[in-house]
Amino acid sequence: MSVTTQEPASYLGAERTVRSWLLTTDHKRIAVAFLVAVVGALFLGGIFALLLRLELLMPEEHWVEAALYNRLFTLHGVIMVWLFLIPSIPVTFGNFLLPLMIGARDLAFPRLNLASLYSYLLGSVVVIVGAIAGGADTGWTFYPPYSAQTPMSVSPILIGVFILGVSSTMTGINFIVTTHTMRTEGMTWLRLPLFVWALYATSVILVLATPVLGITLILVWLDHAMNFGIFDPAYGGDPILYQHLFWFYSHPAVYIMILPAMGVMSEIVCHFSRKEIFSYLAIVGSTLGIAFVGFLTWGHHMFTAGMSSFDAGVFGILSMFVALFSAIKVFNWVATMYKGSIALPAPMLYFFGFLILFSVGGMTGVGVASTSLDVYWHDTYFVVAHFHFIMVGGAMMGFLAALHYWFPKIFGRMYPERLGTTAAVTVIMGFLLTFVPQFLLGNAGMPRRYNTYPEHYQTLHVISTVGSWAIAGGIVLVFAYLLWSVWWGRPVGRNPWGVLGLEWTTSSPPPKHNFTLPPTVAHGPYDYWLGRPDEDDGEPRT
Amino acid sequence: MRTMESRVRDYFADLAQQGHAARLGIWLFLASEALLFSALFALFAGYRATYPTEFRAAAGVTGFGLGATMTFVLLTSSFLMAESVERVRGGRYGTASWLLGGVAVLGIIFLALKATEWGRHLADGILPGPGYHFAELPERGARIYFTLYYLMTGLHIVHLAGGVAAVGVVLALNRRRRFTPEYHPQLELTGLYWQFVDIVWLFLWAVFYLDR
Amino acid sequence: MIGVVVQGASGGSARWEGLVESLNRLYRKILMLPEQASTMARGLDFLHYFEITVMNVVALVIALTTLYFVIRYRRRRDAEYPPRVKPSISFELGVIAGLFSFFILFWVIGFRQYVEMLEAPEDALDVYVVGKQWMWQFAYPEGPASVGILYVPVGRPVRLHLTSRDVIHSFFVPEFRIKRDAVPGMYTTIWFEATRPGVYLGFCAELCGVGHSKMRAGVVALRPEEYDAWLRGRPPMVAQLPGRVPPNIEAPTQLEYQQELALLGQEVAARHGCLRCHSTDGSPHIGPTWYNLYGAWETMADGERVRVTEQYITRYIMDPNFKRVAGFEPVMPSFMGQITPAEIAAIIEYMKALSTEPEVRSGRAIFEGPPLPPFAPAPGTDTIRAGGAGRNR
Repeated sequence: MSVTTQEPASYLGAERTVRSWLLTTDHKRIAVAFLVAVVGALFLGGIFALLLRLELLMPEEHWVEAALYNRLFTLHGVIMVWLFLIPSIPVTFGNFLLPLMIGARDLAFPRLNLASLYSYLLGSVVVIVGAIAGGADTGWTFYPPYSAQTPMSVSPILIGVFILGVSSTMTGINFIVTTHTMRTEGMTWLRLPLFVWALYATSVILVLATPVLGITLILVWLDHAMNFGIFDPAYGGDPILYQHLFWFYSHPAVYIMILPAMGVMSEIVCHFSRKEIFSYLAIVGSTLGIAFVGFLTWGHHMFTAGMSSFDAGVFGILSMFVALFSAIKVFNWVATMYKGSIALPAPMLYFFGFLILFSVGGMTGVGVASTSLDVYWHDTYFVVAHFHFIMVGGAMMGFLAALHYWFPKIFGRMYPERLGTTAAVTVIMGFLLTFVPQFLLGNAGMPRRYNTYPEHYQTLHVISTVGSWAIAGGIVLVFAYLLWSVWWGRPVGRNPWGVLGLEWTTSSPPPKHNFTLPPTVAHGPYDYWLGRPDEDDGEPRT
Repeated sequence: MRTMESRVRDYFADLAQQGHAARLGIWLFLASEALLFSALFALFAGYRATYPTEFRAAAGVTGFGLGATMTFVLLTSSFLMAESVERVRGGRYGTASWLLGGVAVLGIIFLALKATEWGRHLADGILPGPGYHFAELPERGARIYFTLYYLMTGLHIVHLAGGVAAVGVVLALNRRRRFTPEYHPQLELTGLYWQFVDIVWLFLWAVFYLDR
Repeated sequence: MIGVVVQGASGGSARWEGLVESLNRLYRKILMLPEQASTMARGLDFLHYFEITVMNVVALVIALTTLYFVIRYRRRRDAEYPPRVKPSISFELGVIAGLFSFFILFWVIGFRQYVEMLEAPEDALDVYVVGKQWMWQFAYPEGPASVGILYVPVGRPVRLHLTSRDVIHSFFVPEFRIKRDAVPGMYTTIWFEATRPGVYLGFCAELCGVGHSKMRAGVVALRPEEYDAWLRGRPPMVAQLPGRVPPNIEAPTQLEYQQELALLGQEVAARHGCLRCHSTDGSPHIGPTWYNLYGAWETMADGERVRVTEQYITRYIMDPNFKRVAGFEPVMPSFMGQITPAEIAAIIEYMKALSTEPEVRSGRAIFEGPPLPPFAPAPGTDTIRAGGAGRNR
């Protein structure tokens, strides 16, 4: 079956007025708007990181004073977590691809989607206003009593993040309802692409965890702005209760950040090895398992805070279960390549980077979950290295991989592959140079959130700072050639990679309503053994 | 007058799918709201474990009669809400309008009762946070109790006020005969939301009025 | 290796001991861990080595397998569509179960060690640690107090009782492998036993403001005889101890014996003019006598009963319009901006020394008491942010 009539106008060119973009309910346009915003946030957060690493070149204060340094790392954390990582893959690739992958014409609630875009923009603006007004110096964790007592402008940042939380919740509700109600004929739950499952599990966490963050931010804001004393011991409050509430959200939040990237990796390894995933049910089960167990492990951020050893034991062992689910995924990804037919474009390079960096990062997670060792590593650079391995080596690699893989679909043009390879290698090498020394710094006892340090830590800090420049160079290169390619890249047809997937059966870029006729699905998402996918309808042809 | 078919948005296959999506959406929204309130209840539980005597003493300050009245008002309103949905399903739009009006009025009565209760507390010196100066119970634990009381009941009345506004909108839609016995999602969703707000109140009632 | 890890010690023949010790040194060097100066450190490090070895092996297996697959199964023809491979679920289960059993083993060992780290032995020496922006104070039940330097005996368990005067801090000594948060309003504990004399570095490990990076402490581990001598007032020969001294503590050659904090407090009180209005022997004067004042319940001018605690004194020095003891004129000036937190700590120690209550004299801080009403600076006074910020600035 092939479509012979004239191709409808692409979603990019269908209407060209500014109003049509500002009031769009087309999930693809919203995704592109989010993409621009989220990449902007990545750059902004990255600049803060580069600035603070400059200070760390020398053991004594030389470039910025402590008050400004504290604000630099706080803003780096806030922007990277809430303006970049949490939204990143879901609001860009999730928004763009979820309807396409399940054969739908849009999300279930397009106007809610537009509302989530505008609340994201509003929240981001409020946070940036807060940054310009001086910014918070409490760390992205806002622990009271310090966050209540500091004279810095914490309020706009708290309020901005609250608004961003509203945006996240809307996205989560939209994705879950879409997946339940709008799958096309033949798209059963067990034929869903694994990226869809990842978005689904992420959305469950978004809906259930974000409200707890919202209320916690309000409480700590009341303490800060109006001296409510909810967490202040002088008024009978308990600062540890804040930590429980904060981490109840923030631990599942890290799974919000990594699950979509894992979904992207499942897609990429299958499509570029031309093999189905080793065990579909294992991936689905471990995805849902991570989302569920992730809610039960928050106490492992508080092993030195003063909780009982019994509680510490429970949180420790539950954390090992999350590691179990991640191990299942890594096994599956490697095993999928067995007897495959492996191609190596840029997305696949990011996959390899992810594989090794996430594995190392994940296993160091097992390390910090070993309660006694965490006593040593907590609040040192070891933890910083651990979560950057996962957030940058994992989640950001996922974002870049998705960007390269779906770029031709979103913009109808291909990026230059050689530059893609160069940038991927630069980013991965730069990453290793930046963060491996930080594991050693942590082992040596270097605490985190320090702007001055004893001299004997300097060499490792210098190496790490140089690495940060390499990462920055790689990222700048990526977005330079991608931006160029939007207008001048080689135009592509429907399926430039020659892979399976409903999104590749429609034109690149897709028309406004995605499919001219609603597609029907007759096989699984990675059934490559059936033969070459047809150009027009994605059905395998032997 | 719009036909049923024209109400289906172009990305939905049919009305049934659209209605199903709307219902699933509201349940997910209510789940997120449940977590919102749960966080505060958990905080309350944490402090109750720290200050058991002060919390019990403070709970005695809230008016039992007033609390029971407010519960009665909200339960009645929920009953009327459910009845209004039934009437629309039976095509009795006129009765439904009266019932919805009743729901809104009862909601406003609840808000008024809450306002008087808060007024009384404020006059006694029970303010949230730093303004607290209740002479009878000066302990820290009591101060935390009342701060949480204001926060939790405050969050509830914000939701209730939003619910009253939604009922108003649905009432207007009903009077313009926008519903059919088969398709009236705005009414159903508002009904579900109203029941949720009522259930939250029941938990608040138990915690702040009955636990003395 | 597991037995070694759990016991943290060697057993058996000397050759085995020697081998284990070389492994210890090698791993410690590669991983850049500081020296093991406490009894727990060795066992913790062995768990660390165990975990890091397993992790590296797993990472290597993943990397090599991937490399092999990429080379062996690289796409050679464009129209290559490999046939379906039947997944071996038992193989997957085996690998996962094997990995998971390692994770559980790590947890079992780690948890046992964690419990041990929190439960001090019976004969532990108690030290009270107070963190405040941005210094550490140490107080001993039967002995002097010190600011910035913790003196401990080698070979004897020391239990630290930590709290904070303002925000959350965390006391971290890498060489001992200990860390515990110092939380205001409560006490947390952790213990260690130093194994060799030396000077060690203590850090604050919880962000607490602009001075966080500089909030260091020196930990001086002394041989038992020297420690006893220090308790009795003889300054230790710190210059001869190995170890790096934190930069904000004087170099060992210039280290003078830290005066008892209480004596320092007496000097500070005289210097700032406190003793012009407050007597120290019970005789009535312009302000309440400091004799037996600390920890006492006083009636305020408005009839309220308030306990004279750390917070009350600190607050009052900054804001004399705050609750005033009944029967005295409101003539005390505010010392906001003129007195440092260290000096307030010293004054408080001096006041404690003027008490006949044994519990107060022991140096234990008293936190309980009625709630403090909000601090709103009087109009025209120093605009320190309303709330906690005024307490200790």
